[in-house]
Amino acid sequence: MTQLILYNVFNGLIIGAFYALMALGLSLILNLSDVINFAHGGFLAVGAYLAYVLIPFIGFWGALVVAPILTAILGLLVERVLIRPLYGRDVLYSLLLTFGLAFMLQDGTRFIWGPQTLPFSVPDWLSTPLSSQFFFLTGYRLFMVLLVSVAVIAFFLILHYSRLGIRIRAGTQDLETVSALGVNVRALRSLNFGVGIYLAGLAGVLAAGMLGLQPTIGDNLIMPSFVAIIIGGLGSLPGTLVGGLLIGVASGVTSVFFPSASEAVIYIMMGIVLLIRPRGLFGEEGRF
Amino acid sequence: MAKLSPKLAFDAVVWLLLATMPFWLDRLGGYTQLGSQILVMALAAMALNFLLGYTGVLSFGHAAYFGLGAYGVGMTIKYLAGGTLSGLLVGVLVGAVAAAVIGLLIVHLRGIYFAMVTIAFGQVFYFIAFRWNTVTGGDDGLSGWHRLPIDLGFTSLDIVKSQTAFYYFVFVFFIIAVAIMAWLLRSPFGRTLLAIRENERRARFLGIPVDRHIWLSWLISCFFVSLAGGLYGLLNNFADPHALRWDQSGIFVIMAVLGGMRSFWGPLVGAAIYVVLQDYLSSLTQNWMSFIGLFFILIVLFFPRGVLGFVRRRLAS
Repeated sequence: MTQLILYNVFNGLIIGAFYALMALGLSLILNLSDVINFAHGGFLAVGAYLAYVLIPFIGFWGALVVAPILTAILGLLVERVLIRPLYGRDVLYSLLLTFGLAFMLQDGTRFIWGPQTLPFSVPDWLSTPLSSQFFFLTGYRLFMVLLVSVAVIAFFLILHYSRLGIRIRAGTQDLETVSALGVNVRALRSLNFGVGIYLAGLAGVLAAGMLGLQPTIGDNLIMPSFVAIIIGGLGSLPGTLVGGLLIGVASGVTSVFFPSASEAVIYIMMGIVLLIRPRGLFGEEGRF
Repeated sequence: MAKLSPKLAFDAVVWLLLATMPFWLDRLGGYTQLGSQILVMALAAMALNFLLGYTGVLSFGHAAYFGLGAYGVGMTIKYLAGGTLSGLLVGVLVGAVAAAVIGLLIVHLRGIYFAMVTIAFGQVFYFIAFRWNTVTGGDDGLSGWHRLPIDLGFTSLDIVKSQTAFYYFVFVFFIIAVAIMAWLLRSPFGRTLLAIRENERRARFLGIPVDRHIWLSWLISCFFVSLAGGLYGLLNNFADPHALRWDQSGIFVIMAVLGGMRSFWGPLVGAAIYVVLQDYLSSLTQNWMSFIGLFFILIVLFFPRGVLGFVRRRLAS
């Protein structure tokens, strides 16, 4: 029993890490540009499929580096052509646009690669269990937790100490003033969007190694990412991280005792948080 | 007699077209069931627009209440041996109660936050329908039931076999719902909603309990969306978990925007265009989702005021 719970807590942490990685990207775009990017799951799938295509040529490690960058470039293009005209307009429009984009990305991947689950090979030494007692601790899972941790730490370091990161945080607080201080806000928003999509692409490559490759791979991750943002508090990136891990573990533990509620439980948590603390766990008061 | 205003003339034309739809739709290559579908979707989109267009609050989770209406009617007929009307009543009540409770949780939120929370809450019911296989049929949906004839006392109305009779059955509910919404929007309550849409802070300073009004508007909107959902269930003799999903919520919003969300009849126009287009595309290609997605993007970029908004501008200039 202890082992089962431990297994599910660990599993929940991994799933939570996915949610967090995806939600951080969403949150970044939401905070600076007021755009709810529905197509985030679609970009995640694009990242995964690009890796699938690249692996035969440059191997898993090469794909892990290159695929998210290519996804981010696609993201930059989309931002430039489709999303930029909508800044400053009602939230409704960017929401509908990315919604349509999500349809197109999902159907596009299905059209190109087919609806079936494709095999996605990770290096052999990563997929063997590390010990027989803790059978669930495959190298790949451990590696994923490690890589996500590194990515998240790097992300927060960049956000806090680099010039770009400081500008992004300042823009989140007051974009007008940042603009008045001579920062090119257009470029800032573009780069910010690119970083967000990069995180989605990275999550995609990692998720493909664990969950298998399907056109709907991002679909199942996007709603929990919204919940992670709401629980953590809109406008707070550390909150988003905590929210993602929290709901991952919660749904992992629930799946031990009451498997069929493992999805619903995160929405119940969201309801409770909204009831007690409407701005979310780490949200600033009065911002939303 | 006063001169016939263009607005009244337009109303008359809309009602006339709707009332005679089963007689001319076939000749244009449609079929009566498609007409019923347009009516149902139009009701849902108009109900959404009560909140979106007239109160200025964006909900991206209305499919939840639509789906609850469909499951409510299906389960009542299947498990409780209820009739068509009692099933519809249950469906609407279930949807409205869920909306009332969730509304209390979210009514303090605004703008982007409100939209996000409605999206997320919409998914709860999807997962319940999806996971609770034994009762809801899970991913396959709730089947094995169908709408029943309606006993009016002196005669019974056969809406089971005759698609035309069912069309008029839906039409009656459509008339009642639309009349109530139009009446509400003309009432002082409706004017207050407009005031909140235009300037919430000013409305608050005038002493209007804004949160309570938004909650009421949300509840009314969800009530009629549940009614549309119930009718949708009856139309297909089936309740589908995908009717509860966020895709469907987005489709309602695009219907309202496509037709023109600042016009009363806008969502009807949008729903008609969408339903016909989807019917046509899905018979043409398997990849209709891509085209629908592209359609969304084109509307947002080039046609954000919608059909009626566009027409109105043209007439004004």
